[in-house]
Amino acid sequence: MIRKVSRHITQNEPLLFESSSPGKKGYQLPDLDVPAVDPAEALGAENVRGEIEDFPEVSEVEVVRHFTRLSTWNYGIDLGLFPLGSCTMKYNPRVNEAVARTEGLLWAHPYQPEALSQGAMEIIARLEAALAEITGMDAVTLQPAAGAHGEMTGIMLIRAYHESKGNPRKKILIPDSAHGTNPATATMVGYTVQNIKSNDRGMVDVESLASIVDEDVAGLMVTNPNTVGVFEGDIVRIAGILHEKGAQVYMDGANMNALVGITRPGDFGIDVMHLNLHKTFSTPHGGGGPGAGPVAVKSHLEPFLPIPRLRSENDQWRWDYDRPQTIGRVRAFYGNFGVLVRALAYIMAHGGEGLRNATLDALLNANYIRKLLEPYYQIAYQAPSMHECVFSDDRQAKRGVRTGDIAKRLIDYGFHPYTVSFPLIVRGAMMIEPTETESKAELDLFVDALISIAKEVEENPELVLKAPHSTRISRVDEVTAARKPILRWKPAPKASQAAD
Amino acid sequence: MRYLPKSDSERQEMLAVCGLQSLEELYRQLPPDVLLDRPLAIEPGKSEYEIVEYFRARGAENANGYPSFLGGGVYYHYRPVVVDTVAARGEFLTSYTPYQPEIAQGTLTTIFEFQTMICQLTGMDAANASMYDGSSAVPEAAMMAVRITGRNKTLVAQNVHPEYRQVLRTYAMHQGMPIEEFAFDQAAGAADLEDLERRLDADTAAVIIQTPNFFGVIENVKAAAELAHKQGALLIVVFTEAVSLGLLEPPRDADIVAGELQSFAIPPSYGGPFAGILATREKYLRQLPGRLVGETKDSEGRRAFCLTLSTREQHIRREKATSNICTNQALIALMATVFLSLYGKRGLRELAEQNLAKAHYLAKDMKRRFSGPFFNEFVVQCNGRTPEAVNEALLQRKIIGGLPLGRWYPSLADCMLLCATEMSRREHMNTVREVLQNVPEAAHVR
Repeated sequence: MIRKVSRHITQNEPLLFESSSPGKKGYQLPDLDVPAVDPAEALGAENVRGEIEDFPEVSEVEVVRHFTRLSTWNYGIDLGLFPLGSCTMKYNPRVNEAVARTEGLLWAHPYQPEALSQGAMEIIARLEAALAEITGMDAVTLQPAAGAHGEMTGIMLIRAYHESKGNPRKKILIPDSAHGTNPATATMVGYTVQNIKSNDRGMVDVESLASIVDEDVAGLMVTNPNTVGVFEGDIVRIAGILHEKGAQVYMDGANMNALVGITRPGDFGIDVMHLNLHKTFSTPHGGGGPGAGPVAVKSHLEPFLPIPRLRSENDQWRWDYDRPQTIGRVRAFYGNFGVLVRALAYIMAHGGEGLRNATLDALLNANYIRKLLEPYYQIAYQAPSMHECVFSDDRQAKRGVRTGDIAKRLIDYGFHPYTVSFPLIVRGAMMIEPTETESKAELDLFVDALISIAKEVEENPELVLKAPHSTRISRVDEVTAARKPILRWKPAPKASQAAD
Repeated sequence: MRYLPKSDSERQEMLAVCGLQSLEELYRQLPPDVLLDRPLAIEPGKSEYEIVEYFRARGAENANGYPSFLGGGVYYHYRPVVVDTVAARGEFLTSYTPYQPEIAQGTLTTIFEFQTMICQLTGMDAANASMYDGSSAVPEAAMMAVRITGRNKTLVAQNVHPEYRQVLRTYAMHQGMPIEEFAFDQAAGAADLEDLERRLDADTAAVIIQTPNFFGVIENVKAAAELAHKQGALLIVVFTEAVSLGLLEPPRDADIVAGELQSFAIPPSYGGPFAGILATREKYLRQLPGRLVGETKDSEGRRAFCLTLSTREQHIRREKATSNICTNQALIALMATVFLSLYGKRGLRELAEQNLAKAHYLAKDMKRRFSGPFFNEFVVQCNGRTPEAVNEALLQRKIIGGLPLGRWYPSLADCMLLCATEMSRREHMNTVREVLQNVPEAAHVR
């Protein structure tokens, strides 16, 4: 039975270009208080463009309605659980939005004098310190714009470190359970990727790792807890094996929300890691960004961090550009400052003990879901779960229903699906991550939905295979979209319009 | 804690279901020697009021209410109220990447509109769903050119934003992509096309110019394109001031356009988050990195949108992907889309014309360093004073002046970059003009 949602009216809406009509406008500029300038005279006629062809012309009220109507076609964390394992989102506190719009922060220009930027610099310094404490690392850069950007920064630091010792080395080791960004990143930094197989518990196989680590290995990229939601219990030994050969250990911190306040990567052998502020620290994902991907390092990697670095001088913050061993810049200015403000507001709201409590609730929610669903779905690995649990569609596949179908049917029950078919090491993976900001009632609804779907698979698999049934559009033709890409709107040809 | 929606009794019930006695047992599998044996040294949780007060106090330590003539990649433009009204909608703000098109048509439709508008503005055939920012879009464009041409070298003009060039070098460092800079014309301030021609060779994958360039001067895109194409290289055109697209001839002769949209209602916010764009010609489409939204139909033939061409991307291709980029800047791109919807065809033109008029008013009678045509930024010489001294004098009048250029260009140590936009008021511009013509002696000390 579907309990979380009922059907209601959904508004139709054309594209902006289709509701455009010449002369409509949604703006008014103040009168010019200086003489007008003739563009052709000032710039040369060849530099002045003609009309922007087919650009929209609509009024303010139409803009508000257009985007409001479109917004109702989306699902968001404000509507309910978003159990997208590894990528999940927790509640995005609204005070974070409010403080990011503080006048002196919102309008701060990155090149305004340092003496008039002390407030912004203080926020950066405070967040750096908090993240160093949370991760157990020695220094933090907030410059990277997203997780993958942080990965690139981190692997560049490893490379710069090895180069300073005279040999950049050749390979980065990556478990087969890793996010796709890991191997893509290692390639961008000029390393070859060697995949390492996970063992039957979904973890790094320590013995086989030991046999392949040599002086050609620059480092290991490890996600902990890994993408099956399991803590790499041998992490200290793993780090030891790498360090013995002079290699570095990079941690993909996508799942740091499982560890905050319980254990610290800096205390279990990690040399460098990134954090996803839009995940662990609640900054909104906004339909796919902006994120922020701070990188935390041990002191031996600190000289290589991107410029500029914050430095305190006579009780004033200064930007230090004079860092001879730096890898350079990975982004203009100082990072996604507005995202940093939100993350700090989140940390302040929780405090040290609160952050730990949030972690415990996240673990509790994942384990609760696992326990209740285990009778109905095949758990991928018996090892205890941390913040997420991964099932396989093995039992349902026997009836011809796959993870992607179950995911689509969840939509009819009013939920966003879990992560489908990832990690790649699990056949038909169903990766569920609830986060700590879900009530027992919401979790119970979710569990009931998946149990109900398991029954549907047995009794009426067609119902699941054709899902979703209640959305404004049904399953889309992704094959044609890729084969004949239409990536922009174009006006209908005049002739065919007449024929219509 | 107000963000944790559970009572203690509910926790106990849930623990019982899991067969556990205490929350601590949830991580019993961790080796004891890695456990943190003390609380995190972070102050206890604060109330909403205290948090708001903390950030208000930090904001007050920054410049507040100063008229500013800074540009250089971040511009002060008015942000229509409706932009935040839309961006604050929870369904946009708190949604994830639109992996499930049936419940993400809102985001997908806005991205499709965004991609269309970027094509219309730049004269390109295809644009992706946005990049982290302008600076990181540039190396992604260069990497694209290397893949397309099978060549390695990138030539970048010295009047491309200095921080963008630094980011380009960082990205290129380990990818076998030599980066070489070419000069700018000392008189006009535009790229030195003779120097470019000398350096172009059979290994050149890409030529990068910016227009308006870092000095605010408009480049001759057509001439640069001809030179690049003659040698089989691609032309990448960069922009940092997106409002200029409302007035300037779009870079139709470019092969790739990489730019920054901050000017489209994205708050300066001390440098981010912003949104970059990457647009290209149809034939290079499959080398574009990043997310793309395409139009298709659902199983009943209705128009629908979905993420597409993902076989270019890291989650499918892993180490063979076009880039490691995963996210885009959807919410920021949405702000730009709302802004462009409000201004529309005429508004963007009118806005650009106001910028042109303001900057030309400010520049009147000033000693401009370069003679090339400019849009809303220009380089000015400080009449024998240092730019820092001029800025000190302006600060005493509660005005933030221009950007001193000596940090990046030692030969321009006596120059500053000034920017005027529709938000610059005549009276403040008059003050800047007066101070620049006649800096009082006292302001020299620093």
